Amino acid sequence: MTFWKRFATNRGAVIGLVLLAAVIAIALLAPVIYPGGPWKMVQRPFLVPFTTDGLPLGTDTLGRNVAAGLVHGARVSLLVGLVSTVMALLIGVPLGALAGFYGGYVDEGAMRFTEFFQTIPNFALAIVLVAILQPTLGSITLAIAIVSWPPVARLVRAEVMSLKRREFVDAAHLAGLSNIRILVSEVLPNAVSPIIVMASLMVATAILLESSLSFLGLGDPNIMSWGYMIGAARTVIRSAWWLSFFPGLAILLTVLALNLIGEGLNDAFNPHLTKKGRT
Amino acid sequence: MSDPILSIDALTIDLPAGADRPHAVEDVSFDLSKGEILCVVGESGSGKSMTANALMGLLPDGVTVGRGRAVFDGTDVLPLSEVRKQALRGARIGMIFQEPMTALNPLMRIGDQIAEVFAAHKLHSKSERRARALALVKEVGLPDPEKIIRAYPFQLSGGQRQRAMIAMALALEPEILIADEPTTALDVTTQAQILRLILALREKHGMAVMFITHDFGVVAEIADRVIVMRHGRIVEAGLAQQVLETPQHSYTRALLDAIPTGRVPDLQVITAAPALEIRNLNKIYRTGGGVFRPAREVRAVNDVTLTIAKGEVLGLVGESGSGKSTLGRAVVRLVTPDSGQVLVGGVDLAALDAKALRQQRHRVQMVFQDPYASLNPRHRILRSLSDGPIAKGVPKRQAHTRARELLDIVGLGADAATRFPHEFSGGQRQRIGIARALAMDPELIIADEAVSALDVSIQAQVLALLADLRRKMGLSILFITHDLRVAAQVCDRIAVMQYGRLVEVGPVREVFHAPQQPYTRELLAAVPGAGWAVAPEAVSA
Repeated sequence: MTFWKRFATNRGAVIGLVLLAAVIAIALLAPVIYPGGPWKMVQRPFLVPFTTDGLPLGTDTLGRNVAAGLVHGARVSLLVGLVSTVMALLIGVPLGALAGFYGGYVDEGAMRFTEFFQTIPNFALAIVLVAILQPTLGSITLAIAIVSWPPVARLVRAEVMSLKRREFVDAAHLAGLSNIRILVSEVLPNAVSPIIVMASLMVATAILLESSLSFLGLGDPNIMSWGYMIGAARTVIRSAWWLSFFPGLAILLTVLALNLIGEGLNDAFNPHLTKKGRT
Repeated sequence: MSDPILSIDALTIDLPAGADRPHAVEDVSFDLSKGEILCVVGESGSGKSMTANALMGLLPDGVTVGRGRAVFDGTDVLPLSEVRKQALRGARIGMIFQEPMTALNPLMRIGDQIAEVFAAHKLHSKSERRARALALVKEVGLPDPEKIIRAYPFQLSGGQRQRAMIAMALALEPEILIADEPTTALDVTTQAQILRLILALREKHGMAVMFITHDFGVVAEIADRVIVMRHGRIVEAGLAQQVLETPQHSYTRALLDAIPTGRVPDLQVITAAPALEIRNLNKIYRTGGGVFRPAREVRAVNDVTLTIAKGEVLGLVGESGSGKSTLGRAVVRLVTPDSGQVLVGGVDLAALDAKALRQQRHRVQMVFQDPYASLNPRHRILRSLSDGPIAKGVPKRQAHTRARELLDIVGLGADAATRFPHEFSGGQRQRIGIARALAMDPELIIADEAVSALDVSIQAQVLALLADLRRKMGLSILFITHDLRVAAQVCDRIAVMQYGRLVEVGPVREVFHAPQQPYTRELLAAVPGAGWAVAPEAVSA
């Protein structure tokens, strides 16, 4: 069975993929759907959803279009999620690979360094970093990447440690290949599947982290994001529920989609671990 | 022998849709009588284990019994409910498995595991369970029973674990014992002991044994009757002697022919120039230890001196833990020896630094044991074969042409180059492994248990290929194996290792017919079916 066929047998994963594709499409088309941007005041404040033409989700405390906010917020969430995950992989994969492959003092050093980051609670560290660096889109992304790479390093280290004992790695040593070459072309390609699965889940975590930061008012003040919308609406949650409900729903669906995809990828990469009875 | 206590009638086991064949087992019928040892023989994938698993109700998910009956004591056991099967398992049908390490719970003491069998069937009081466990441990011949029942599985050797498994299977005095390749993972001497134990227990308890194996040597040793299976069907059944001496079916004959016979080849004329000289090689493994405790030392290779002439095949034989693999890996410098020299073509590989070593690696190449782990699953065959030569400085195009030639030489055809390892069978992968070693134009090839993981018929093909290549190319080979019969077939000289030391070195004929050392004699005596396998030679001589 091909990879895609295995992936497609997991219905949840397919639903997740469709959801994510929809979110990505909305994010890409945001300037076309709402060319005016999310900040423009279009009507009087606190318009209830589904009552006014052209404002399907109502307006917020300052009379801005909630739907426009959501659509433009999708761009920020996805961008932060993807970029921070890529950055985390760029830190975690090389560090973990070197630690696992060389062992000994390299491993000790790299793992103590990793533990240094793991001992500080993720969210607290992210808050501190954003506060020090000034809240801009770039610094938020960086902060999320810095708090989320340690698990990647751990995972890659474990994978590399078990792969390097395989006989094909011995064979590569005997062929006279250099250590770096063996690590990059023999070992790492075989560790790709768990990394991909983890990355898909990390994007989801990063989106949640960004939303949480924005909710606390630590987001980039010039950028509309889902977390910011919920944060701004929390004072009026009893009188205008839709202001926090719709961005919350958007976060929920996106994160759920990514988790479903992650699980589907995991099943598809490791067909032996899935329940055989399902076929 | 009386009426059959188990009678299997037209058993068919269905595989899930999409498997390589519709039935794991098709239309299999046989009887098992009280006190009888029935050997079920076949190569991997022949369905021999599935038959046993169906009896025990241990079929994997998706695999179901299609048709047929298995009548045990008047009732068909196949359609029984899970609860009734549980009552049957252990109590009336016992089972032992191939891997005693994975079949025992690593976190439970041996005594508790045996006592648990009684507990599962709600028998006896707690103290009585313990007493019975102790008696069983004594019965299966484990040394120091008082200590053993308090030991954890990791503290026992492979043979001891298998004895503990047998004790568990015997706990409730089952009428049938199913043994699924119980000695395959063991050394020859341990294997011989376990086989003797099973024979003795059969004698004492009069139970019927269904013994699943791929090894005709084992069959010759213990079987009363034999069933030969292939692709899920019985191709031949009969009394052991009948099947072994006058096989009717061509497949049985092919299987018997494929067995390395232990027939000793004539002495080859060997040049004096050495391909490999090992001088006083030592390797000590240290484990544990700390500030207050001395580390545990294992002398894996202890002062070994050995020479292999150009064009010679030297067999390195020993049981697991004898240090034969460490010696092989030290020669290719996958393991760095503590002291001593490894001279190949005048270069001491043991003394080189990392960079110089990389340039000299091509002199010695290795064919690995596990055909599934020794090829990178993400690289096409062409890349696996040409990466080494390219790193050595051979132009890319030339390396690719050579790789295709070699694939042709090892009998796979040049078009195998563009495929991935998972498209090949175990035997084919081992051919690729040989081609990869040859691609480096080595002065010496180390074959580390290179045929041990293969079925006998495939094993014979790969051995024939090695012999052929050796004749054509004048290869020097260090052939590491635990199987004396295989060693006898392909080697010129044999070196026997025990506890890291070389015990005996000599031409095959001398080592086999006039062994000097008691350990060598013990090893030779332990080969299963020894008397039967030597017989054809007596006729031809």
